[in-house]
Amino acid sequence: MILEKIQIISLILSISFLLFIFELIRRKKVKEAYAILWLFFAAVFILLSIWKDGLDYLAAIFGIYYPPAFLFLFLIVAIILILIQFSVVVSGQNEKIKKLTQELGLLKENLESRKRSINQDE
Amino acid sequence: MQEKICIIIPCFNEQNNVIEVIEETFRHNESATILIINDGSSDNTYEFAVSTRKARIIDLPCNLGVGGAVQAGFMFAARQGFDYAVKLDGDLQHPPDFVSSLIAELKNSSCDIVIGSRFIDYDGFQSSFTRRIGIGVLKSWAKLLTGIAVTDPTSGFRAYNRNAIEFMAEHYPSFDYPEPEELILACKNGLKLKELSVKMRARKSGVSSISSSISLYYMVKVSLAMFFIALRPTEKALKKTKEYDS
Repeated sequence: MILEKIQIISLILSISFLLFIFELIRRKKVKEAYAILWLFFAAVFILLSIWKDGLDYLAAIFGIYYPPAFLFLFLIVAIILILIQFSVVVSGQNEKIKKLTQELGLLKENLESRKRSINQDE
Repeated sequence: MQEKICIIIPCFNEQNNVIEVIEETFRHNESATILIINDGSSDNTYEFAVSTRKARIIDLPCNLGVGGAVQAGFMFAARQGFDYAVKLDGDLQHPPDFVSSLIAELKNSSCDIVIGSRFIDYDGFQSSFTRRIGIGVLKSWAKLLTGIAVTDPTSGFRAYNRNAIEFMAEHYPSFDYPEPEELILACKNGLKLKELSVKMRARKSGVSSISSSISLYYMVKVSLAMFFIALRPTEKALKKTKEYDS
C-alpha cells in the first residue's frame, strides 16, 4: 500500500497527537472523560489517513473535489464539537464556583455571629 | 480500646429511603458512626437525615457525584481517626446487617479492602440482565489489567481498613461511577482486596444513579479510566514528579 505524501504527514501527526493525549491522561493532567472526544477523533483521523478509499468515498458524499480537504473539514468539526463540550463544562463549573462562594460566605457569617454571641456571654 | 467504625452513606435525592437506611443501619451497628453525605440533593434528604438524630451529616454545597461524595466521607474518616470504614448505598440495596461480617473479614484476613459480592453465592438480588453483561465485561477487563479476579466489580458495598481509608481520602477516583476504577487503583497501589458473599436487595424507591441500563457511554468511559489507572505510575511515584514540576 503506497501512501501519498499528505497521508504520511497526517498519519505521523495524528499518531503523535494520540500519544500526546495518552501521556496527558496518564499523568493526570487531563481527565479521561474529557479526553474521550480527543481520542475518538484522533483514532478516526488515523483511520482516514491510511484508508484512502474510505476518504475518497466520504469526500464524494460531501461533494468535496479534493479528498484531503475532507480531512480538514473533519478536523474543524471535531474542534468545534470539543469546544462546545468545554463550553458546557465551564458553564457547569461556573455554577459550582458560585454556589461554593455563596456557601462559604454564609458559613463565615454563621461563624462570626456565633463568635460574637460567645463573646457577649462571657 | 474500642475500634472506631464509620459507615459512609452517600445520598442524592434519597428522601424516601434515607430515614429507613439510617434506622436499619443503626439497629445493626449501634456502636458505629453513621455518616450521611448529602450530595447536593434538591429534595429533603438533608432534613430527613437530620431528623433521625442518629447520623453525622456532611452537607455538600454542590453535587459532586458518588465519587466526590464518598471521598468526602473518607476524608472525614481519615481526619477523625476512624479505624474502619464501610461504604453503603443510600437506596437500601446493601444490607446493613452484613457490615459486621465485612469488618470481621477485614480483621481476620490481612487485607485492606473487603468487597461485598452478589455473585459468589448468587443469593438475593442479582441485578438486571443488561447490567450483568456490563458487569461481566468489566470483570474481564479488570482481570486483564490487574490479573485479579473479582466477581462483583461494580459493588459499592465495601469495607476499608485505616491504610485504605487514608489512601482513598487522598486518591479516590472522583468520576461518576468509581467502583471499578477504585479496584484497579487499589491493586495498582498495593492495597489487598478480598471478597465476601453478601445478599443484596432490589432498590426500594427512587431512581438509580446509574440509569436502568448500563449505557455504552458509561462502559467506554469506565473502561478507559480503568485502562489509564493501570498504566499510570503508582500514586507515590506521581507525587514525586509533581514535586519537581514548576
